[in-house]
Amino acid sequence: MASRNGDFHRPQGGGFAELKLDAVSRRFGGLLALDGLSLKISRGEFIALLGPSGCGKSTALNCLAGLLPLTSGSIWLDDRRIDTLRPEQRGLGMIFQNYALFPHMNVRKNIGFGLAMRRVPKNEIRRRVDDAIGLVQLEAHAEKLPGQLSGGQQQRVAIARAIVIEPPVILMDEPLSNLDAKLRLEMRSEIKRIHQELGRATVYVTHDQEEALSLADRVVVMKDGVAQQIGVPETLYDRPANLDVALFMGYRNVLEGRVDHIEGEQVSFQCGGLTLAGARQGRFGAGPATAVIRPDEIEPGEGPNRIEGRAETVEYCGRDYLVDFVTDAGARLHARSVERVLPGDHLCWHVPAERVLVYGAG
Amino acid sequence: MIAGNLRDSGLDRTVLLIVPGALFVVLLFIYPFAYGLFLSFAPKDGGIWANYERFFEQPRFYSTLGITFWIALPATLINLGLAIPMALKLRRPTSMQRVVTTMLVVPITLGTVLVAEGLLNYLGPQGWFNRLLFDLHLIAGPVRLTHNYWGVLLSLVITGFPFAFLLTLSYITGIDPVLAQAASTLGAGPARQFLHIYFPLLAPGLAITFCLAFVQAVSVFPSAVLLGAPAGPTRVISIAAYQAAFEDYDYSMASAVAMIMGLAQLAVVVAVLGLRGFFYRGPAGGAKG
Repeated sequence: MASRNGDFHRPQGGGFAELKLDAVSRRFGGLLALDGLSLKISRGEFIALLGPSGCGKSTALNCLAGLLPLTSGSIWLDDRRIDTLRPEQRGLGMIFQNYALFPHMNVRKNIGFGLAMRRVPKNEIRRRVDDAIGLVQLEAHAEKLPGQLSGGQQQRVAIARAIVIEPPVILMDEPLSNLDAKLRLEMRSEIKRIHQELGRATVYVTHDQEEALSLADRVVVMKDGVAQQIGVPETLYDRPANLDVALFMGYRNVLEGRVDHIEGEQVSFQCGGLTLAGARQGRFGAGPATAVIRPDEIEPGEGPNRIEGRAETVEYCGRDYLVDFVTDAGARLHARSVERVLPGDHLCWHVPAERVLVYGAG
Repeated sequence: MIAGNLRDSGLDRTVLLIVPGALFVVLLFIYPFAYGLFLSFAPKDGGIWANYERFFEQPRFYSTLGITFWIALPATLINLGLAIPMALKLRRPTSMQRVVTTMLVVPITLGTVLVAEGLLNYLGPQGWFNRLLFDLHLIAGPVRLTHNYWGVLLSLVITGFPFAFLLTLSYITGIDPVLAQAASTLGAGPARQFLHIYFPLLAPGLAITFCLAFVQAVSVFPSAVLLGAPAGPTRVISIAAYQAAFEDYDYSMASAVAMIMGLAQLAVVVAVLGLRGFFYRGPAGGAKG
């Protein structure tokens, strides 16, 4: 009996090597909310699904958890097909956006619920719940009801409740979006720490690129139900696969113009009176194009890709200033400056050619 | 000046708004109740307890208490028992939910007398129900569903169920469905989701629903007379009170019967509401501080 239970509460946790989503799609009426998502998640990996609201990232997570049936495709945990199983048979741990703590159970009962459902012996439940409470540092609150806890503490209970069942994969649905800015940073580190300590594969849904980049081993950027790019944070940040990903990665300066000269990966980009040397992203010829630049890559001073302009608004950000300036040709750009800049200052800026990303039209 | 004094004593003039309501309660509830209580202790003959002694000595009185409970308790339990699964099934706002709730409001508006009259025709020996069963060769002779216990029970279910359903539905829709989803990811199947999540969160509301439905069923009078056998098996306590008052012209005895009826209801209500204390009472959301 004990060994049967022992096997059950570690659903392939030890042997699990890969979670595979194979062309997973979900349709709501006429809307294809998730369109053929394929993804392999290896043991211990932290994956972030990143995108604006309505991009299909939560749909993907709910499909994984079993809360939404797939329209097509399949999900595999190694050789075991799990998309045909009910959520209670999948044994994945899920953390909900509003935490979904059971309001009538105290912290200890909430955390032990999954173990009780697995008919784990009472003394083992007690031991494992104590361990989980220790891990999320809630020793002083074990007997309280969720309504008596702060948002951050509730979040910790939700995390402990999901990890105590030792699931092969932990799913998190925008877990930090209900917290204030300070607590969000704190819990972000906490999630990172717990992930490093336990090494459980995690799928994390968020619309906050900073959260995704700081937490994840790999990020899946989604838009309109389609995965736009899957890669490590550095790649996404430096080399977005397309314009949509670039916009989501904080490339705030968007210039519509033309490419009139191409030499290998170097292009010459024209926009109004501005001519910039840029890096060609993908295959395209001369013609209409879009260039994107991140604000922190436009720096004051002389250099290649010289841009002159007059500062309009200046926001102090502590470490530096965020400056909106209008070029002599009339384009409005966002830049960052460590030196103090005053509105009205006429300054010279520059940006390295490899940081001007140029995408072809269409 | 009065207003100023009221404010100084921690009150303000808006408190006066409760006066009409309070007056209404005193004149139409407390006064008649006190009058009835007083009257019940002033019997035609004998000491002040004579009416109560008579009630518990004579089978034609005390048997009504058992008969009333024997009708009201099953009716309440059936109503609640049907309402819970239906409300669970219809907890998500859909067009189906709107259609069903609208259909169920109709019996409430019709009132017990009309429903009783309808059932007399429908369930009677020559009614559609018996004819259908007969034509389908399911029965040889008519099934007796009127002028007995079953007629009264059916009418109480038909008039009481919508009420129990609508109340239960409003309690169930107040429970965040994400809680059940969370329970499912933690390994709870539908039955255990109900047992561990829905039921405990629903229990206080179910207790209230039970009390209201029960009190409604205890005071059954029209259907017990029209659809039942008021001389025998469905001689409920309200019939005993009616007969004492308007056939024996013994208002004092009738008051005593009414008091006993009230106490019996109160005992059940207090017991059920007492049970409520064992359950969590508070917001049933996903618990966001």
